[in-house]
Amino acid sequence: MTYSKDFLEKLYWMMLRIRMCEESLVDPILKGEIKTPCHLYSGQEAVATGVGAALEQKDYVFGNHRSHGHYLAKGGDMTAMIAEIYGKEAGCSRGRGGSMHLISPENGVMGIVPIVSGTISLALGSALSIKIKKEDKVTVSFFGDGATGEGVLYESLNFASLKKLPIIFACENNLYSTHLPINEIRTNRNIFNIANPFEIETYRVDGNNVLEVYETAQKAVESCRSGKGPVFIEFLTYRFRGHVGPDDNIQGTHTDIRPKDEIEAWLKKDPLTQFKKYLIENNISTEIDFEQIQNKVEAEVNAANDFAKNSPKPNKEDLCKYVFK
Amino acid sequence: MCSNNRKLNFGLAINEAIRQMMETDDTVFLIGQGVKSPWYVGNTCNGLVEQFGEERVIDTPVSENAITGAAVGASIAGMKAIVVHPRVDFVLYAFDPIVNQAANWHYMNGGKSSAPVVFWLIVNRGGEQAAQHSQALHSMFAHVPGLKVVAPSTPYDAKGLMVSSIMEENPVVFIDDRWLYRSQDAVPEEMYQIPIGKGIVRNEGNAATLVSFSYMALESQKAVDELKEQGIDVEFIDLRTIKPLDTEIIYNSVKKTGKLIIADGSWKTGSVAGEISALVVENIFEYLKAPIKRVCLPDAPAPASESIESVYYKTKDDIIKAIKEIL
Repeated sequence: MTYSKDFLEKLYWMMLRIRMCEESLVDPILKGEIKTPCHLYSGQEAVATGVGAALEQKDYVFGNHRSHGHYLAKGGDMTAMIAEIYGKEAGCSRGRGGSMHLISPENGVMGIVPIVSGTISLALGSALSIKIKKEDKVTVSFFGDGATGEGVLYESLNFASLKKLPIIFACENNLYSTHLPINEIRTNRNIFNIANPFEIETYRVDGNNVLEVYETAQKAVESCRSGKGPVFIEFLTYRFRGHVGPDDNIQGTHTDIRPKDEIEAWLKKDPLTQFKKYLIENNISTEIDFEQIQNKVEAEVNAANDFAKNSPKPNKEDLCKYVFK
Repeated sequence: MCSNNRKLNFGLAINEAIRQMMETDDTVFLIGQGVKSPWYVGNTCNGLVEQFGEERVIDTPVSENAITGAAVGASIAGMKAIVVHPRVDFVLYAFDPIVNQAANWHYMNGGKSSAPVVFWLIVNRGGEQAAQHSQALHSMFAHVPGLKVVAPSTPYDAKGLMVSSIMEENPVVFIDDRWLYRSQDAVPEEMYQIPIGKGIVRNEGNAATLVSFSYMALESQKAVDELKEQGIDVEFIDLRTIKPLDTEIIYNSVKKTGKLIIADGSWKTGSVAGEISALVVENIFEYLKAPIKRVCLPDAPAPASESIESVYYKTKDDIIKAIKEIL
């Protein structure tokens, strides 16, 4: 497939936005300026970016504890997200949700929660709503390899298949559920096979290759839009940071048991480096192009952080506001 | 068309509420295990599949967690979902979508999104069904911020509260009790609402205040009628909603009578009866002339065998005894 320079550079731009946004949070987390638990998305940018590029604004995504990337790639505003992470009234959830409850309904970011598998059934329901209302929309449910231990995933796969709902089950397999490597949570590493008994079309892709992610996601979106029912995609990827926070090892307890050589091997497969190399080798973008993208993103990230740091926190008298509509 | 004397039983009153709301609003749909089967839901769903089709009246596999979550998710995406659990015990599989998700949704998203879903839960009791087919779990839901909990006792209120629950912008737990389904009442054919959060005085009196809801309101009414024959006039309040509580109607009555008895169809510890007692003591202690009495289930699971089941459930006699102890 051939793509325009503009489209390809947009993919790079989005991945860089996510990376630089995440990395801009590291210092404030270590200094205690950010207290909400941040599960940084660094390393997995190609998944959110490739899937996001295959969706339209009207489509829905539901996320999990590690969803900064999903929110940004689906069109969520970076300033509102960072303000939320700083616990500010201007945050996307008005400082009531923090890092793990980002929302942007106008962009189809419908809900993000840290209960493992917690949004899978919600995404299922949004797809049911699409079907009942006969809308031309698709829902993507993002979850991790850890979610394969939760029963509700299988209940949802069954019901989605039964009712032919327009939902993409997007499993980001980063090989670890918190501290536990995948070999200690399942006997079989081929997660994509779990969709087979439910007669759901299923794929496994290199989650660090943004074009491969995009092409598979696009195929899945088309399948959903044409009424063929759900699709399952397993994305093989890796997080560069700790389960929560910049590095689990720094936070006092040694919870990251990932082997050093494994981390180094995955760092060589950095989705951004790989894609930059692809764009250079195919004579699509030049160093000047990359510099321009970098400058643009840097300015956005800095401005978003400045705004977030300087905007007010919720008023104490508003503690119980929003319990009910 | 209005016919004020038309009688409907409890199940058909709910059926009419759902049907009228589905006729009025295309976004309303019903989902749950057994909606096509009278064995599960009695007459509450009569004719709904035929009228609205299987796209809006969805019978489901036995997957309480996913189905309840789907109802919540559909409501987040703009639908008005009614999800029914014909035995409330099974809803424990679905506490995540109800408590973690729906109840917290509006708050944790800073008011940017809401989950206006109706969780319709039916309590089953008696008939030697034992511990997992008999539980009344309303106090668990009443504990959670962000949920409203209604518990009607009459067909008239069942219809009006189901309509209000479906129209409500927040998640509502609508709990009823299979023992209520035998009751009949005058139910207007036109659509009407009973406001959520408003109780009703069913009998005026000065001797004591009796507060109840759901099935225990029927036993309470029997107790009140019997005491009336003995010349004792008890003021009887049917709460209809247990979250938010109509504290005003309770306080006004207790200020008049100085005595309070609460009949709650669930276990005593951590009960709605306990909450009402605390509120009265906290806010109008000076009006109390006697200790508060609570008529609740013992802190024990429901037994099977008839010999002990018959003493497990409280009746009008237990209520009368409690009232007489503080008269």
